[in-house]
Amino acid sequence: MSEIPTSPTELSSQKASPQWGRIVAWVAIIALLVVVAMVLLRKQQGPVAVGQKVPTFTLTTFDGQQIGPEQMAGKVVLLNFWASWCKPCEQEAADLEAVWRYYQPQEDVLFLGVAWTDTEKASLGYIDKFDITYPNGPDLGTTISQAYRTTGVPETYIIDKNGNLAYVKLSPFTSQAEIKAAIDPLLGP
Amino acid sequence: MALKRYLFAIVLALLLGFLVADAASAQQPTPSDDQVNAIAKQLYCPVCENIPLDVCPTTACAQWRELIRQKLTEGWNEQQIKDYFVQQYGARVIGTPPPSGINWLVYLVPPVAILAGVYILYRAFRSWKRPLAEVDIQPTSLEPPAETDTAQDEYIRRMEEEVRKR
Amino acid sequence: MVANLGFGTLIITFLVTIYGAIAAFIGARRNSPALVDSARNAMLLTFPLLSITALSVIFLLVNGHFEVKYVADVSSKSMPFYLRLTALWGGQAGSLLFWSWLMSAFVSAVMLRKWDRDREFLPWVILVSMITLAFFLILSIFVENPFVSFWQSPTGNITVSMFQPAGSTLFFPPDGNGLNPLLRHPGMIIHPPMLYLGFVAFVIPYAFAMAALITGRTDDRWIRITRRWTLVAWIFLSLGLVLGAWWAYDVLGWGGYWGWDPVEIAAFMPWLTGTAFLHSVMIQEKRGMLKQWNMVLIILTYDLVIFGTFLTRSGVLSSVHAFAQSAIGPLFFGFIGLTFLASFSLLSRRWNDLKSEVEISSWFSREALFLLNNLLFMGIFIVCFWGVIFPIISEALGIVGQGVPGLAGIFTGQKVTVGPPYYERATAPLFAGLLLLMGVAPLSAWGSSTSKTLGRLVWKPFIASLVVIVALLLGGMRSWPAILGFWLCSFVAFITIYEFWRAAWARHQGRGENLLRALWLLVGKNRRRYGGYIIHLGIVVMALGIIGIELFQTETQGTIPQGGELNLGKYTIRFDKLSVWDTNDGRNIALADVSVYKGGKFIGQLHPRRDYYYESQQPMTIAGLRSTPEDDLYVLLVDWQPLSTSAATFKIYHNPLVWWLWFGVGVLIFGTIVAAWPSTEREKVVITRSVPETSKA
Repeated sequence: MSEIPTSPTELSSQKASPQWGRIVAWVAIIALLVVVAMVLLRKQQGPVAVGQKVPTFTLTTFDGQQIGPEQMAGKVVLLNFWASWCKPCEQEAADLEAVWRYYQPQEDVLFLGVAWTDTEKASLGYIDKFDITYPNGPDLGTTISQAYRTTGVPETYIIDKNGNLAYVKLSPFTSQAEIKAAIDPLLGP
Repeated sequence: MALKRYLFAIVLALLLGFLVADAASAQQPTPSDDQVNAIAKQLYCPVCENIPLDVCPTTACAQWRELIRQKLTEGWNEQQIKDYFVQQYGARVIGTPPPSGINWLVYLVPPVAILAGVYILYRAFRSWKRPLAEVDIQPTSLEPPAETDTAQDEYIRRMEEEVRKR
Repeated sequence: MVANLGFGTLIITFLVTIYGAIAAFIGARRNSPALVDSARNAMLLTFPLLSITALSVIFLLVNGHFEVKYVADVSSKSMPFYLRLTALWGGQAGSLLFWSWLMSAFVSAVMLRKWDRDREFLPWVILVSMITLAFFLILSIFVENPFVSFWQSPTGNITVSMFQPAGSTLFFPPDGNGLNPLLRHPGMIIHPPMLYLGFVAFVIPYAFAMAALITGRTDDRWIRITRRWTLVAWIFLSLGLVLGAWWAYDVLGWGGYWGWDPVEIAAFMPWLTGTAFLHSVMIQEKRGMLKQWNMVLIILTYDLVIFGTFLTRSGVLSSVHAFAQSAIGPLFFGFIGLTFLASFSLLSRRWNDLKSEVEISSWFSREALFLLNNLLFMGIFIVCFWGVIFPIISEALGIVGQGVPGLAGIFTGQKVTVGPPYYERATAPLFAGLLLLMGVAPLSAWGSSTSKTLGRLVWKPFIASLVVIVALLLGGMRSWPAILGFWLCSFVAFITIYEFWRAAWARHQGRGENLLRALWLLVGKNRRRYGGYIIHLGIVVMALGIIGIELFQTETQGTIPQGGELNLGKYTIRFDKLSVWDTNDGRNIALADVSVYKGGKFIGQLHPRRDYYYESQQPMTIAGLRSTPEDDLYVLLVDWQPLSTSAATFKIYHNPLVWWLWFGVGVLIFGTIVAAWPSTEREKVVITRSVPETSKA
C-alpha cells in the first residue's frame, strides 16, 4: 500500500527517458502481435481458392520441355500433384491418363503432372507403370507446390481458359466421370 | 505414341547407363550406410517437418537415401549432393536457411538483440553504480564463511524493509 | 448419459467461473468482503465440478464408449486399462480439459491458504485465475468438446455433435483408432501431466503479480507468497521437459534426446524465462531492485506457458505449421494478445511506482551476476523464439514479394528450416556462460564483492579444476569444446562442494559438531541456499551427460546376415536371431536378438524391436539399450531393407556419459525438495547494531 518514495530530482529525470523507452516498447510489442496475426491469417487461408488468378510457373518436364504460361494460355489446364511413393495417387493415375487421351485431340485442354518431392528414377517408373503420356515434370525446389500452398498429394487444380482457378480436388478422383464433369463446363462455347 | 517410344528409349538408356556405371563401380566399394548417413544427417525430410533424413521412416525418405547412395556411387561429393537436394526440393532440406535475402535476419537478429541487451544492462549499471568508497559495507576478508555475515546482513536488511513498510 | 453429465458439469463450471470473476471484481471495487468470499467459494467449487467432468471422460474411455468421438479417436478395444486412463491426455480435447482440471486444483490449493495479511490480493488473484480458466473452458465447450458423439441419420449419414440431431440415433463404431503408437510408452504417459503441472503452476505467480500491480502493493510481498509456487512450477516444468527428452531417447529411435523441434522449444521457452524469473526475484527480495523487470519476466512466462500449451497439444506431435492452420490458432492468439496487452498496460501504469533506489557497488556483486544470468537466459530465449517464428514469418512475408516484384528476390516466401545447427551454435556459448555463472555467482555477496574478494574464494577450486584439464589432456582428449565443457563442470562442482565443506568445517571447528551433523544442520537452516546449490550440482551432472553425448557420439549402420557381426569402436554386435509375429493388439513385431561384445568379451544380449501398427501404418522402433555410467550402447533394428531372418540392418549408437543426464535429474529433484521444504523453526534474527530510524516511512 505504500509507494516507494523517490527523490524529486530522480523523478524528473525518470520522466524523460521512460517516455521514449515506453513508446519503443509498445511499438515493438504491437508490431510483433501484428506480424503474428498476419502470419496466422495467411496460414488460415489454405490452398489457392477457386476464382483467384493462379500463380504462374514454368514446368520443366522429364523430357526437357519447358511448359510455361504461353503454352497454357487459352487452354483449360488440369494441374495434378503426385508422387511415386504416394499410394492414393495410384488410385487416380489410370483415370487421369484415360481422360487425357479423351480430351487430347481437342487441343484446348492441357494436363500437367507435377512430381512433388520425388526422385527422378522413381517418378519415371511411376509414369511408365501407368503409361502416362501427358507432360510430367519435377517440382524443382518445390516452388510450384509452395505457390499453390498445397498440403500434400494427390491434389488437382483445374484452371479455366482465363487463368482463374475453377476447381480444386484435394484427394484422388474416384472416377473418370468426375474428372470430365469438372472439365466440361470450362470448355465453353 | 511417339512420346511413349521416346520414354521407352530414355528408360532403356538409363538402365544401360546403370549397367555401365555398375560395371565401372564394381571396382569401388558401394557407398556404405555410414557414408550415406553422414550426408543424410545434415538434410531434412522435405515432406515431414524437422526430421533428419537419416532417421525418417517414410518410403519417400528411403528413396532419397538411395538417391544419395546413387550420387555417391557416381562420385559426387557432399557439397554437390547437398546443392542438388536444395535445387530439387527447396531450401527447407538443409538445417539452416541459406544466407540470402530475408534469411540474413536469422543470423543477424539474435546477436543484435543480445548486444542490445548488453548495452541496456551496461547503461543500467552505470546509472545504478555507486563507487565502492561510498558504500560502507566492506566484508572483512578473513571471515571464512561469508554466509554467516551476509546471512545476518540479510536478516537485518529484511527487518529494515519490514519496518520501512509499516 | 455420462457424456451429458460431463458436459453438464463443464457448462456449470463455466458459469461458476464467470460468476466468480464478476463477484471478485465487484467485491474488490465495492470493498465487500462478502462478495469476495463468495468468489473464493466459487473458485473452490470449480475443482469438484471439473473432477466430475474429467472422471466422466475417464469413465467413457475406460469403458470403450466409442460413440463419443474423442474416445474413438484415442482409445481402442485392444488397449490395456492403464493406457485407456492416460488417453485422457492423448488428444487435444482431453488434454485441454485436463489442463483446466489441473488449474482448478492448483488455484483451489491457493485459495485454501491463510489470506489474512493479503486480503487485498485475493479478489484479483481470483479474477486472473478465473479468466484463464474461463478461456480454457470456452475452448472445451465450444471448440474442442470431448463429449461430442457420432449420430446416424435415417439416410445413413454420420454427423458429429453434442446434442441429438432431429431423427438421428447414436452411432456406435465397433472400435476406436487407439492411442498413437508413439504415445504408448511410460515416458509419454507422465510427460504431459508433468509439463502441464509446470505450466499451470506458473499461472499462480502471474496472478499474484497482476494483483500486486492492480492494488499498488509494489513491494515484494507477492514474491514472498509465491516463492514456493515458483519453485514447484519450475521443478514440474523441468521434469516435464526431461521426461520428454527421455521418451525421445527411448522410443523415437534417433539416438538423441532433443531435436530442437519447434514443439520442444515451445515448452522450453517458458522454462528459460521461468528460471530467469526464479533467480531475478531473489534480487528483488534481497535488494528491492528489478521490480519492473520481474513483472516483465512473469508476464512473459505466463504468455509463453499458454503458447506452449497450445503448441504441444499433448499427445500429438504437432508442428508450428499444423497448429497455425487449426481452428484454435486464432482463438489462442487472441487470448495471448489480449493478456499481453492488458498485463503490459497494468505494468505501464505502475511503472514509476516500481522504481526503487538501487545501488550496485560492484560488477561482481551478486546482483550484477544475477543480472548477467538473466541476460544469458534471455539471450537463449531470443535465439529460440526467433528460430521458431522465423520460418513462419518468412513464408508469410512472401506476399510482399508477390506484390512488389522488385522485392521478390528478397521476400521469396520459400519454406525454410531453422534446425539444430542454428540452435546449437547460437546457444552453446550462452549455456557455457551460464554454467560458469552457476559456479561463481553463489560465492558473490549481496551488495558488494570485488574481483579480489571473489578471487579469494575461488582460487582453490580453480586450481583443482585445472588438474582436471591436465588429466584430460594426458588421457588423450583433444577436443577443445569438450575440454572447456568438462573444465566448467568440474570448476562449478568443486566450488559448490567446497562451499558445503567450508561452512560445515566452520561449524565443526566453531561448535564442535561432527562434520555430518554440521552439514545436516547447515542445510536445514539455509534450505534455499543449499537446496539451490544441490540443484546447481544436478545441472552440472546433467551437463556432463550432455557433453558426452553431444560431442562424443559415434554411430554406424550395416546390413548383416544372421550370425554376422557389426563393429563400432570397441563394441561388436552379433546378429543371433530375428522373430517376426503379429500380436493381438494390431501390430506386427520384429524382434532381434543380438549379442554384445566389448573388446572381444561377451557382455550381454540386447533385443531391439520394430513394432508396426497396421491401423495407423506407423512403425515404431524400440532400441536395445545397454546403459552404464560410462556409456550407452544403443542398438536399433532398422528397416531400410526389408527385414528378414537371413539379413537385417542394424544401427548402433555409442553414447558416452548419457547416464549422467538422467542421474542429474535425480539430484535436481532432491535439491528442489530441499530448497522448497517448509522450515518449521523460526528464522533467528540477530541484530548486532541498532535499527536505523525509520525516517523514510
